[in-house]
Amino acid sequence: MTYPATYRYTREHEWIELDGATGKVGITDYAQNSLGDIVFVEAPKVGATVEKGKVFGSVESVKAVSDLYSPVTGTVTEVNEELATAPEKINTDAHASWIMKVELKDPAEAQALLSAEDYEKFIAEETGH
Amino acid sequence: MRYLPKSPAEREAMLAEIGVSGINDLFSSVPEEYRLTHDLAIPRQMGESEIVDYFKQAAAHNANGYSSFLGAGAYRHYRPVIIDSLVQRGEFLTSYTPYQAEITQGTLQAIFEFQTMICELTGMDIANASMYDGSTGAAEAVMMAVRITGRGDVLVARTVHPEYREVMQTYAQHQGHVAHELAYGEDGRVDLKALDQSLTENTACVLVQSPNFFGLIEDIPAIADIVHKKGALLIVSIAEAVSLGIVRPPVEADIVSLEAQSFGVALSYGGPYCGVIAAKEKYLRQMPGRLVGETKDKHGRRGFVLTLSTREQHIRREKATSNICTNQALVALMTTIFLTVYGKEGIKELAQQNLAKAHYAVGALSRHGKLLFAGTPRFHEFVLETDEAPEQLNARLLDHKIIGGLSLARWYPELGNATLWCATELTTREQIDQAAAILAEAPVAAAVR
Amino acid sequence: MATIAEPISEKAFTGTPRKVTAHITQNEALMFEKSSPGKKGYKLPPLDVPEVDAQALLGSAARESTGALPELSEIEIIRHFTRLSTWNYAIDLGMYPLGSCTMKYNPRVNEYVSRLEGIAEAHPYQPESLSQGALQVIKSLQECLLEITGMDAITLQPAAGAHGEFTGILLVRAYHQSRGNPRKTIIIPDSAHGTNPATAAICGYQVVNLKSNAQGGIDVAALEALVNEDTAALMLTNPSTIGVFEHQIHKIADVLHARGALLYMDGANMNALVGKTRPGDFGVDVMHLNLHKTFSTPHGGGGPGSGPVACKKILEPFLPTPVVAESSDGTLHFNYNRPQSVGRVRMFYGNFGMFVRALAYILANGPDGLRQTTEDAVLNANYIRAKLEDLYELPYKTPSMHEVVFSDRRQVRNGIKTGDLAKRLIDYGFHPYTTSFPLIVPGALMIEPTESESREELDLFIDAMRQIAREAEENPQLILDAPHSTRISRLDETGAARKPILRWKPNTE
Repeated sequence: MTYPATYRYTREHEWIELDGATGKVGITDYAQNSLGDIVFVEAPKVGATVEKGKVFGSVESVKAVSDLYSPVTGTVTEVNEELATAPEKINTDAHASWIMKVELKDPAEAQALLSAEDYEKFIAEETGH
Repeated sequence: MRYLPKSPAEREAMLAEIGVSGINDLFSSVPEEYRLTHDLAIPRQMGESEIVDYFKQAAAHNANGYSSFLGAGAYRHYRPVIIDSLVQRGEFLTSYTPYQAEITQGTLQAIFEFQTMICELTGMDIANASMYDGSTGAAEAVMMAVRITGRGDVLVARTVHPEYREVMQTYAQHQGHVAHELAYGEDGRVDLKALDQSLTENTACVLVQSPNFFGLIEDIPAIADIVHKKGALLIVSIAEAVSLGIVRPPVEADIVSLEAQSFGVALSYGGPYCGVIAAKEKYLRQMPGRLVGETKDKHGRRGFVLTLSTREQHIRREKATSNICTNQALVALMTTIFLTVYGKEGIKELAQQNLAKAHYAVGALSRHGKLLFAGTPRFHEFVLETDEAPEQLNARLLDHKIIGGLSLARWYPELGNATLWCATELTTREQIDQAAAILAEAPVAAAVR
Repeated sequence: MATIAEPISEKAFTGTPRKVTAHITQNEALMFEKSSPGKKGYKLPPLDVPEVDAQALLGSAARESTGALPELSEIEIIRHFTRLSTWNYAIDLGMYPLGSCTMKYNPRVNEYVSRLEGIAEAHPYQPESLSQGALQVIKSLQECLLEITGMDAITLQPAAGAHGEFTGILLVRAYHQSRGNPRKTIIIPDSAHGTNPATAAICGYQVVNLKSNAQGGIDVAALEALVNEDTAALMLTNPSTIGVFEHQIHKIADVLHARGALLYMDGANMNALVGKTRPGDFGVDVMHLNLHKTFSTPHGGGGPGSGPVACKKILEPFLPTPVVAESSDGTLHFNYNRPQSVGRVRMFYGNFGMFVRALAYILANGPDGLRQTTEDAVLNANYIRAKLEDLYELPYKTPSMHEVVFSDRRQVRNGIKTGDLAKRLIDYGFHPYTTSFPLIVPGALMIEPTESESREELDLFIDAMRQIAREAEENPQLILDAPHSTRISRLDETGAARKPILRWKPNTE
C-alpha cells in the first residue's frame, strides 16, 4: 500500500489531506488492516471543536474499539455521512475514506506532522520488520 | 461430599502425578499466618432430606394459604406449568452466557425471540436481552438519555414506583446528573402544567411510569408532546407487563423500561425478576446490556450471535455504556415461554380478566372507603382511603387470612389512610366479597380521625 | 496417557475425539414462523365477575392489537423450546473450563427448595410477621458468608457481580465522603476484569492503571509510588486473574491503609479460598461475592446472578437500605432507618431466589465439604497444568491455584491463535476455555476446571488439548476451520454488527 505523499500522518495512524485552511481526516491503511473489519465509525458533530492529540471519535471492529486522535486543532465543518451506513469503505480504501473535515485554527500546524516517508518508516519500526 | 466426583485414592494419585506430597503444598503461596487451621463456624454438612426440611420449615414461617391484594411492583399471576419444566432443562439452566455461538444457539434464538416479542408489545424498534430488573433498568435508561442528550437534569414523576426512584437516585448521585421530582395532579397522574414549567433546556429526560404506582394510566401522548417540544427524551417505565395486553403501548416514548416479572416469573420475595430496555432504533449505540442479532454462517445457514458487544465493559472498560455484565437470561426465558403460551389472543384475554377483577374489586371495596383518583383510567390497582388506619384495617383482614392493600404512608404521607390494592386473574370474587365484608365491619370508634 | 493409537497416514493428522460422537439434532424455526391464527396454548377459567368493556374503561388508552405475538399449541411450545435446548452446551453435559467464571455443578435440590410454595410465592411486601421464614433465610446466608469471608457486615441486595462491585465502590466513596473527601482515583491492575474500570468510572472515579510485575502479581513498589491522598481504593482480584495468590497481600493492604485508602477485593476467584483462608483476615476492607460462581446458583445462559457485598465494620453504616435486623422479641425485620446509607441499589431485597439456592449449597457442604471443594478445585487446575505444560507455553511459572493460564505462543508459529484452539475444543466435546483474558498474557488460554470434574473428565480434556496441539503442528487448517461438528459453523459476526438484525419481522423471510 502506498501512502499518498501529499498527506500528513500521525503516530496514532490518522492522516490529514490539506486543502488551504481545511483538511480531511481519516485513518491509515495500516490502521484499518490491524483493526480488521470495521463495523462502526463514531464521528464528531459538525461544529464541534477538535484538539490536536485529543480524541475526536472512534472506530469499532467486532471485538475492539479504537479511539481516533485529531491530528490538528480546529472546527469540524463536515463529516462523511457515507460511513454511517457503509463503514466497510475504510477497509476497502482507507486513504479515500475521510471521516471528518476540519477547519484548522493554525494552518501551519499540520506541517509538524509526519511525511508519508517518515510514517512508513515509523510503522516499519512498530511492526519490527 | 456428594457433589465431589473423586475417591480418596484418586486424589492421592493426582497429587503424585503433579509431584507434590500433599494438598497443602498447592496452597503454599497463601502466607502461613492467613491459612485457616480450623473449621468454618457454619452449620454441619446436611443430608438432602434435611435441607428440604430446613426450607420447608422456613416456607412454613411465611404467609401460607392467605389471599392477597398486594401488587406495587410485584404481581401474582398464574404461571403455566411448562415454564418450570422447560427452564429446568439442564441445557438452559446450566449453560453459560452464549459467547460461543456454535454451541449456544438455543439460548441465542430464545433471546432473539424475546427481543422480538418485547418490541411487539412495547411498540419500540429494538429491545435488549434483559436487565437486572425494572428498578435498575429505569436507572440505566436515565443514564442512557443523559448520554444521548448531553444534558444533566432529569425529571422523575412522583408516581414512579418509590423504590425505582430510590435506585435511580443512587445511580444519579455519582453520574453528575440531578434528578428533580415531578408532582402529580388531582387525577393522580403527572401534572402536565407542572411538567411544562419544569422542563428546561438542560432537561435530558422525563421518567414516568404507566400504569403508574397508583395503578393509573398516564396520558403518554400528551406527556410526549410536552417533553419533545423541549428536546428532552421521554422514558416510560412499565412495572406491570400484563397491562400491555390491553393498554395502548407507549409508542411516543423514546425509551421504554419494562419489568417483565408478571410474565410467568415467581414472586420469590422480590427477585430474581427481569428488566428490559426497549428503544427507538436511533439510540441503538447507547443501549446498555446484551443484544442478540441474526446472521449467517459460511454455508448460509441462519444463526444468532451476541452483537455490538463493543458497547460493553469487557471491551470499553472505563468507557463502557454501563458496568453490567450478566443479564437475566433464564428469567427472560421464563417470560418468553409465558408469552408463547398466552400468545396474541391470550395476553389480551388475560389482561381483560385483570381489568374486570379490579373493576369489581373497586366497586365492592369503595363502598367502605373512598376511591382516590376515581375518574382516571386504571389497570388493576387502585388507591383506597379509609377512616380506619391501614395497620388496624390490615390486622383485621389478617385475622381472616387476607393480606390487604399496601399502606402508602411510607412514601405518600399526604394521602392519609391510603392503601394500594391489586386484583389479578387469580383474585376470586369470593375473596373480594370477603374483604369487602370485613371492611364494612370497621369499628365505629376507629372511624373518628 | 494421551498416546494416540492411530497411525499417522499420509493424510495430515486429524484427532479422534473420545468424548463425543456426532448425532442428529432437530431443526426448529422461529416461533413466529410456526404460528397460525386460532391455535392456543392456554385456557383461562371463566370470569367469576361481570365482563367489562375495556374501550369504555380505558378510552383512548385501550390497545387495539397485540402485534405479532405467536399463536401455538402446548405441544408445539414444548417441542420448540426442547429442540432449542438441545443446541446448547451445558454443565450437565460436561466440563466448562471457563477461567474466572467458575462453572460448577448446580445441585438440583437448590432448584427444588427455591420453588417451595411459601418461598416462591412470597410477596416482597407481605407483612414482616408473615415473612419470618424468608428473613431467616437471608440472615442465615449472611452469617455463613460473613464466616466464610471473615468480614463484619454484608448486603445481599446487588443483583450480580458487577452490581456488587458498583455497590462496594459506593461504600468506599461514602466512607471517604464521611471523612470529608471522597478522593479521586481507584487503582486497578492491568490484569483486572473489564468490569472493574467500568465500575470505577460509573461511581465517578478516575482509573489509575497499575502494571503487573514479572510474576503477574501486584508490584508493591509501583503501588507504593502510585498511592496518594487522592487514592480511594485498590481493586484487587485475589487470587489474581492468572490464578496466583498475592503472597504480599498484607503489604499491599498496609501500603493502602497507611495513606487512608481501602482495599477492595473482586471475589470472582473465591472458589480458590473458601475454607482455606479468609479475605477479612488478610486485610481486605470490602469485597463482592458471586453466588452464581462460588456458591453454585445456575448461570442460566447468562443470569440471574447475585453479588453480595461484604465489608469491615468501618463501612457498615453505608450499606444499602434496608438491612435485616433482629427485634428484642427475637423476630426479624427490615431496618430502613439508615441515615448514612448509600441508598438502594435494587428494588426490594435482591435476588432472593438465589439466596435460597446458595444457602442450600452451603448446608449441603458444611465446613468440611466447602474445604474439600476448594482443595479439589485447586487440585484439578494443577493436574491440568502438569499434564499440558510440555505442549502449551506457561507464561507465569508461579504456583497456580484454581485456574491455570497458558499462552498460544507456540501454536501462533503455525498461525493458530487461542480463539482457534478454543473453537476446535468444541469438536472434542468441550466448551472452550476463556480466551484472550487476562490482557497481560497475549493469546491467553485461561482454564478453570472447578471441583466438579472427575479424573476421567479431566483426562478426556487433557487428551483433547494434546491432540489439538498436535493438529496445530500437522494440520493447522483443520483448526482454523473449526468447529466442524456443530449445527452451524463460525458465524458472520462482522455482518451482524454492520447491519444489525435484532428482531424478527413479519415480512422478512
